[in-house]
Amino acid sequence: MNEKKRGPLAHIVKRPAISMQQAFMIRALAILLAIVVCAIVTFLLTGDDPLSVFRTIWEGSFGSERRFWVLMQNLSILLIISLAMGPAFRMRFWNIGGEGQVMIGVLATASCMITLGGTLPGPVLIIVEIAAAIAAGAIWAAIPAFFKSRWNTNETLFTLMMNYVATQLVAYFIIIWESPRGSGKIGIINQKTMAGWLPQIGKYKYLLTVIVAVVLTIVLYIYMNYSKHGYELSVVGESERTARYVGIKVGRVFIRTMLLSGAICGLAGALMVAGTDHTMTTTLAGGRGFTAVMVAWMAKFNPVGMIFTSFLLAFLQKGAGEVATQFGLNQSFSDILSSIIIFFLIGCEFFIQYRIVFRKEAK
Amino acid sequence: MFDIVSFIPRAVAQATPLLLGSTGETLTEKSGNLNLGIPGIMYVGAISGVIGAFFYEQSVGSYENANAFLAIGIPLVCCLLGSALMGLLYCFLTVTLRANQNVTGLAMTTFGVGFGNFFGGSLIKLTGSDVPSIALSITHKFYAAKLPFAKSAGVFGKLVLNYGFLVYVAIVIALAASWFLNRTRQGLQLRAVGENPATADAAGINVGRYKYWATIIGSMIAGLGGLYYVMDYASGVWSNDAFGDRGWLAIALVIFTIWRPNVSILASLLFGGLYILYLYIPTGTNMAIKEIYKMAPFVVTIIVLIIISMRKKRENQPPAHLGLPYFREER
Repeated sequence: MNEKKRGPLAHIVKRPAISMQQAFMIRALAILLAIVVCAIVTFLLTGDDPLSVFRTIWEGSFGSERRFWVLMQNLSILLIISLAMGPAFRMRFWNIGGEGQVMIGVLATASCMITLGGTLPGPVLIIVEIAAAIAAGAIWAAIPAFFKSRWNTNETLFTLMMNYVATQLVAYFIIIWESPRGSGKIGIINQKTMAGWLPQIGKYKYLLTVIVAVVLTIVLYIYMNYSKHGYELSVVGESERTARYVGIKVGRVFIRTMLLSGAICGLAGALMVAGTDHTMTTTLAGGRGFTAVMVAWMAKFNPVGMIFTSFLLAFLQKGAGEVATQFGLNQSFSDILSSIIIFFLIGCEFFIQYRIVFRKEAK
Repeated sequence: MFDIVSFIPRAVAQATPLLLGSTGETLTEKSGNLNLGIPGIMYVGAISGVIGAFFYEQSVGSYENANAFLAIGIPLVCCLLGSALMGLLYCFLTVTLRANQNVTGLAMTTFGVGFGNFFGGSLIKLTGSDVPSIALSITHKFYAAKLPFAKSAGVFGKLVLNYGFLVYVAIVIALAASWFLNRTRQGLQLRAVGENPATADAAGINVGRYKYWATIIGSMIAGLGGLYYVMDYASGVWSNDAFGDRGWLAIALVIFTIWRPNVSILASLLFGGLYILYLYIPTGTNMAIKEIYKMAPFVVTIIVLIIISMRKKRENQPPAHLGLPYFREER
């Protein structure tokens, strides 16, 4: 009898290496596919032709000078938080506590502004509040790192829980400091004296945040690619055992890197409270701590790449928000669109790392 | 005086979504999948049920015309289907395409919460009501239906019998999940997949299949938590973002119970109780204290997490391969 044993229809092979262009093409294709899916979804929901919807998205971000600056502000804050995530993820330390680290920075800044508002001269207060925010964020982030290095406590779950502790702390102090009494809000802090407010550069309210983001991007790019610390991070990320073998103190690297991550997150919190919002709410971070994880991951933890990925998400958020307003849809529309794009980008990584080989018909 | 007879039922109502969410997540995590999409999945489960219930109510018009079987069945099936699809998406990305679990999970949460609020908002618009919520009073009556004699059966009746059927379903599912994990061959194999997929693979266990099934069934159970919240606890009223942080609380509960669904039955009551404790403790004008109570579950979870990592008792550890992808050729 002619018995033919057949292998599976398709199997997966790891690609040895892939050229930059090829990888870029795959990602571009994924984004294109994602946009097509988004267009279909948008068409089904609005009934309008997709092209005019995309024009609306564009207008929502670049339509006016004000919108452009709001986009820049959102982009910069998201970028700063994503930059903070980068180093820790490079060493495969899954810090998903960005939200909490930002919130604790927010709390530290706001408490300095409220309690020291009338007592310190302006510039001193600004230095104190920023230092407090950075320290608070750094400590908040270092706690899980300490337990991870000492007892190998699961950092993903630990940092996740720390988010809510920070948010509840903020909620607690909002009620303590609420003004006017009973409103459940803090209102604008130091509205008359403007004590502790970061200076505005010219007439651009958001320019300072943008500058900080650019500087941090450069600093982190150098830190991750050209410093000894950055090298150690990569080794730890590739293989903890190798790192131990070559004499890198892994625990110390964990704590040091998380101090850095937390400090940057705290700074982001300070920029939001003292720089632009001048108030404290429990939703000030607004899930950006989580979005930043995706931004950093999609950019493969490369600070320059993060500029593009955070732009993509900030742009979509703004633009889809505009679509929602124009077509009378819900603001959550933007969440749906951006997660569709993220799903595609997550999925396409597979095709960069592996290729599918189909069964050849055996003769 | 502390009124335990009114406290317990309210704590149970808070606890049930957490119990369902944590049971589903435990099952998922035992397969090594750290599904951080659970909060999103619970939203999707809730809104899918709401959509089903909404169209059913539109078609029957009044309580008298409604059929108990359909009124419960349609939202239930919609909810299970919606959450199963979310579980499938998660598995497709993390198991088949080997994507990073944390990133996928967070994206799922963004998607799920957005999906829920979007369609919730659309339905609200469809009804054209003045308040930003949808009231599904007909199906709610079926979901919240209680035993007729429960109220008259004294304290016991009030504390134990006076709940909608999903509360008992939640307890049964938790017990069943516990039995499944510890007493059946499939449960053992599932745990093997979560602890060491390479070994499980070598022993002839289909790792991918176990991960898929555990995650999809886990998602369906978690989705029920969302359904219970809208249909029973919230009296059939959907309003955007009302479900809040409960999904993350469910994940905290998984750790707090050290991956044991049967312990979760009581632990969820504790978490649920902390959520509403401030209503029962005289705090005067100090409303701030309630935020501290809400923080408590997360703090105790962190403490539990630290203690289990310090004591290193092997049966209390998280699944060893939790959150890590498995690729046969990368051993």
